[in-house]
Amino acid sequence: MKKLSARRRHPLAALVVLLFALAITGGLYAAFAPAEKAQADSSAQSLAIEQGKRLFAVGCSSCHGLNGEGTPSGPSLVGVGSAAVDFQVGTGRMPAQQPGAQIPKKKNIYSQSDIDQMAAFVASLGPGPVTPTSEQYTSTETDAIAKGGDLFRTNCAQCHNFAGAGGALTQGKYAPSLDGVSAKHIFEAMQTGPQSMPQFPESTMPEKQKQEIVAFVRYQADEAPNPGGLTLGSLGPVTEGLFGWIFGLGVLIAVAIWVAAHTTKAKKS
Amino acid sequence: MSHDNISDDKLPEAHDASEGHGHLAVADDPFADPGLPAHEPRRTDIDERAAKRAERQVSGMFILSMLATVGFIASYASINPDKLVYIFPLGHVSALNFALGMTLAVALFCIGAGAVHWARTLMSDVEMPAERHPIEADDEVRADVIQQFKTGAAESGFGRRKMIRNTLIGSMAMVPLSGVVLLRDLGPLPEKKLDSTDWSEATPSAPIRLVNMNTDEPMKAEDIVVGSLTFAKPGPSALRPNGLQDSDEDFQEAIAKDALMLIRIQPEDLKDEKSAALGFEGVLCYSKICTHVGCPISLYEQQTHHALCPCHQSTFDLSDGARVIFGPAGHPLPQLKISTDSDGYLVATQDFTVPVGPSFWERSA
Repeated sequence: MKKLSARRRHPLAALVVLLFALAITGGLYAAFAPAEKAQADSSAQSLAIEQGKRLFAVGCSSCHGLNGEGTPSGPSLVGVGSAAVDFQVGTGRMPAQQPGAQIPKKKNIYSQSDIDQMAAFVASLGPGPVTPTSEQYTSTETDAIAKGGDLFRTNCAQCHNFAGAGGALTQGKYAPSLDGVSAKHIFEAMQTGPQSMPQFPESTMPEKQKQEIVAFVRYQADEAPNPGGLTLGSLGPVTEGLFGWIFGLGVLIAVAIWVAAHTTKAKKS
Repeated sequence: MSHDNISDDKLPEAHDASEGHGHLAVADDPFADPGLPAHEPRRTDIDERAAKRAERQVSGMFILSMLATVGFIASYASINPDKLVYIFPLGHVSALNFALGMTLAVALFCIGAGAVHWARTLMSDVEMPAERHPIEADDEVRADVIQQFKTGAAESGFGRRKMIRNTLIGSMAMVPLSGVVLLRDLGPLPEKKLDSTDWSEATPSAPIRLVNMNTDEPMKAEDIVVGSLTFAKPGPSALRPNGLQDSDEDFQEAIAKDALMLIRIQPEDLKDEKSAALGFEGVLCYSKICTHVGCPISLYEQQTHHALCPCHQSTFDLSDGARVIFGPAGHPLPQLKISTDSDGYLVATQDFTVPVGPSFWERSA
């Protein structure tokens, strides 16, 4: 105890106390907070809707209402279809971590069978886009990437950037980067139009074109060549300006110092 | 810097004890003004061969700059923009980008490096203290300034070293050619070309169908669902029997004016009656071209009905007649009046009532 009190005026004492306090608060929260992960066994398909309703009641109903009818804090889910559930829960956007301009992507806490059960329940509320199968979002055409690039530049590049690196929207909203997004989730986003994104329904963008866009996005993220040299994240003027100011001007200053520091005076040999 | 070392016999015997070259502080007067250290000559000051060599080096750099400018223009003219080459740390890069960047960099760097080398080796570097004096200059001082300027000009060797002067003028005169070559692409003034679009071919008796940019098919109002975004171009007309096609020679010029975006808004969300009347059952059709500097604008947020431009963040409220709610754009997005033909397809029967795209010199509205 004497040792402790002797050090209580140490400059780092406040930091140590703060860390202790944070650790205790976090520990207590972890111990007493309600577990968000609902346990449900994936049994027969006929029970999926009932199981899904139970999961829904635990994870979703506080915002979307007990029967998905919507509340002031969450929209109605009647008619959004199973594809919307598979996208929102599968990418971790739902359940939302907090309300705000945009619900960010985060770690998904549900298993695929849990998601399928919730999707089955939401799909039972009203007809909507159905979770796609892998034949639906995988193109077998050889020119799919080229066609997809054309479609991407017409329909997607405005928000998601020419290379799919994402971009800013109004008031804190943003178009996320498409790097690392699975083919299924890209397809579902086009079908359902999550958050600020418009939907691209079958009537104006047939399934085949969505497949081509998916093929292009995967190619762009995984293996596309880079005509300009350094990509700097493919973000355009923001990173290019930063690079120019820091590295370009930095080199100029270094050269100026080097030039001024070296004398040209003749020395005796 | 070993070439700056020089044998003792070549160094001048004594430095002229000129004004300003003071004395070191000594024990009995620690605050004496040390003044400037004694002037030391450079090798080029005392060895005419070294001076000649430096002169050749400076000119060489200016000549290299000229060659690089020629290389820039040659690359611009000769290298295929689609060509990709592998360059070690960068990976697969465009040959044209790389060549233009390298030649322009060399052209500019050599002028700078030549100028620095000239100033360091050939221009006079005798330290000259300038005493403080009143700000106003009398005739004597002015005459002195003019004299100094002449001395400076003489010391720089500008008159004497004609090779440097001529090559410097040559390289400085040639660098702007790079800019002229690039500016050539800006082309002539638009004149009347921006006043009307291909939609001006549409009349109530010969309407033009709106064709989906993705599928090349005409659309019905029910294809445009609430929350969706669809891009459209002109369908068949008297002028273009097949509609606007990618293969048309003037496709880029035409699509830069004709491009449309179609959205559908619930009737209760529409804030502007005039805009609602131009649409068809809540389907609204706006020009896709930003009225600021003409970027294709279609960052549409389906929840707020805001459309914004990726270039300078001009934001338009599409539920309120595309009013500008933020950013530098000066006009709302032009809205195209749409209806349906006898088969139920969406059509336009007249052109935009104001020119699409950015302001331009001859713009009427």
